[in-house]
Amino acid sequence: MSETLSAIEIRSAGAYASIQDGGRRGLRRVGVPWSGVLDAAWMSIANALVGNPATAPVIEHFDGGLVLKALHGRVRVAVAGQADIDITGEQGVQRVVCWRSICLTSGESLRIRALRAGRLVLVAIGGLQATETLGSASTYARAGIGKPLTAGERLSARFTEAADFLLPEPPVGGGAPIRVVAGPQAGHFVDDALATLCGVPFSVTDQADRMGVRLQGPPLEHRSDAHKDIISDATVPGSMQVPGSGQPIVLLADAQTVGGYPKIATVISADLGRLANRRAGETLRFQLVDVDAAERAARSHAEQLAQLVASIRRLPGDGSVDLQALYNSGLISGPISGFESEE
Amino acid sequence: MAAESHVRKVTTSRLSERMRVADAGDQAFTLVLGDRIAAEVVDTVSALDRQVNALRQAGGLPGLIETVPSFCSLTVIYDPLQTSRQQLLAALEQLPPADPLAGRSASRLWRLPVCYEGDCGPDLAATAAVLGMSVETLIDQHRQAEYRVYTLGFLPGFPFMGDLPSALQLPRRTEPRLRVAPGSVAIAGALTAIYPSESPGGWHLLGQCAVPLFDPARPQPSLLQPGDRVCFTAVNAAEHRRLQQAAKARALDLAAFSEAEVAS
Repeated sequence: MSETLSAIEIRSAGAYASIQDGGRRGLRRVGVPWSGVLDAAWMSIANALVGNPATAPVIEHFDGGLVLKALHGRVRVAVAGQADIDITGEQGVQRVVCWRSICLTSGESLRIRALRAGRLVLVAIGGLQATETLGSASTYARAGIGKPLTAGERLSARFTEAADFLLPEPPVGGGAPIRVVAGPQAGHFVDDALATLCGVPFSVTDQADRMGVRLQGPPLEHRSDAHKDIISDATVPGSMQVPGSGQPIVLLADAQTVGGYPKIATVISADLGRLANRRAGETLRFQLVDVDAAERAARSHAEQLAQLVASIRRLPGDGSVDLQALYNSGLISGPISGFESEE
Repeated sequence: MAAESHVRKVTTSRLSERMRVADAGDQAFTLVLGDRIAAEVVDTVSALDRQVNALRQAGGLPGLIETVPSFCSLTVIYDPLQTSRQQLLAALEQLPPADPLAGRSASRLWRLPVCYEGDCGPDLAATAAVLGMSVETLIDQHRQAEYRVYTLGFLPGFPFMGDLPSALQLPRRTEPRLRVAPGSVAIAGALTAIYPSESPGGWHLLGQCAVPLFDPARPQPSLLQPGDRVCFTAVNAAEHRRLQQAAKARALDLAAFSEAEVAS
């Protein structure tokens, strides 16, 4: 198998882009969060499409505008998400779809245009080279581990001659409720606070990044002023902390590892990527489940992901097939809610 | 009745009777061992943390990802694809009650140099005034106490240390600073801390420590670990600058600042 080293230039990082992988573990006790992609299932699929290991580093990108150029050599890419994508080269501009791999030849640029839905895309690059720090290539600038990508920066990747691949039935977010487990400090809130959380829609505010998402809805009332703080304890990705304002904040991959606000509930791991991908102004509903159901949901989410990865198929011939036409013709079924649970 | 009380006596060593289990989603739960910030409570947390990690290293807790000790609790984080809360709790149930003293005697003691002079302690005068003491008394009391690292967080390597002498306890600043310099030694409430990196912050800044608390290039990036003990030694501005330059050149021998395995 022939391998060549290709160079990629970030022509624009758009709204925000950083290298992320499955994240680092074992250092929360000294204040280092996991980091890593906000949707691990998308990372696995995008990496599978370009022939990478499931947790290989990818580019995580918010809100569109990312432009990558193959400087020399060929570069195989695949985008997970819901975005319009252009490839610009000598032959003009070509529209491509997400959820397939495609080769950029030397001089060609890939542009993530407007996102059709959500705010997140993951760009996998076959054989992407990234430096690991403390067991992971994930960027965590707050600890001096890497920096967000900037225009002009160069990456390198090992290109391997191979076919291109397609995920026939892409997952999309879907509007199913986001499931939560009550606690660890549900008792710091008035009796009907959990019913409020799970009974009315909450909207996503524009205060949302890799650390967390601030939501807005009817205030979740603390039992008393004394219940507005706790002696700081550990947080996890998914912790829903509620400061004195009564408006919840869901912590994500880069959030601090201990916190002094009471946590009314924890978003389950199977639904956290879906929450992180919601845009400002969108509403969501929460649904209370117990720990057993939450653990079952994690397993069912993993099984669905394994099925999706197994469904990836080779694209015919030289890859010149018009995928948009294939999707439009119904030959390949359109996006479905691949990550909804049957529970 | 006799049989029942016998059963109760036997089961007092059960995990669920020594601590409360708080749900934290499908990949974590928190074992709550107390409800106040105190050395005795954190000793119990450290001892349990040691036991859990010893069992994990012996292969007894497959699927456990990591544990996070804090002031009053130990959070156990796991992979729900490999284990479950029920399985982990059943395995932890087998642990005998931990001896908090065993954990304590194995902790490291650090002697960290702090410069309390000039620009290093921008809040010294104001804090001394609020506390009704001289700046000299404030510095003496701060550096004469021995502190324990209760937990780390807020920033990577940021140690929450206690207990601050009661005469030095005061609430946080009403106006947090947008920018606290790295190395700042600070106090708030019953705690003292060192900012490992630049950040916003609401604590009162008394001095500067040149020893780098967090460096991702080190195999163990955080200088301090939960349960470590810390004393401060005052250094003058010239010595502080020398230490800063050595730290910048990565020429500081970090081990020189600690005494390992000191029995209390």
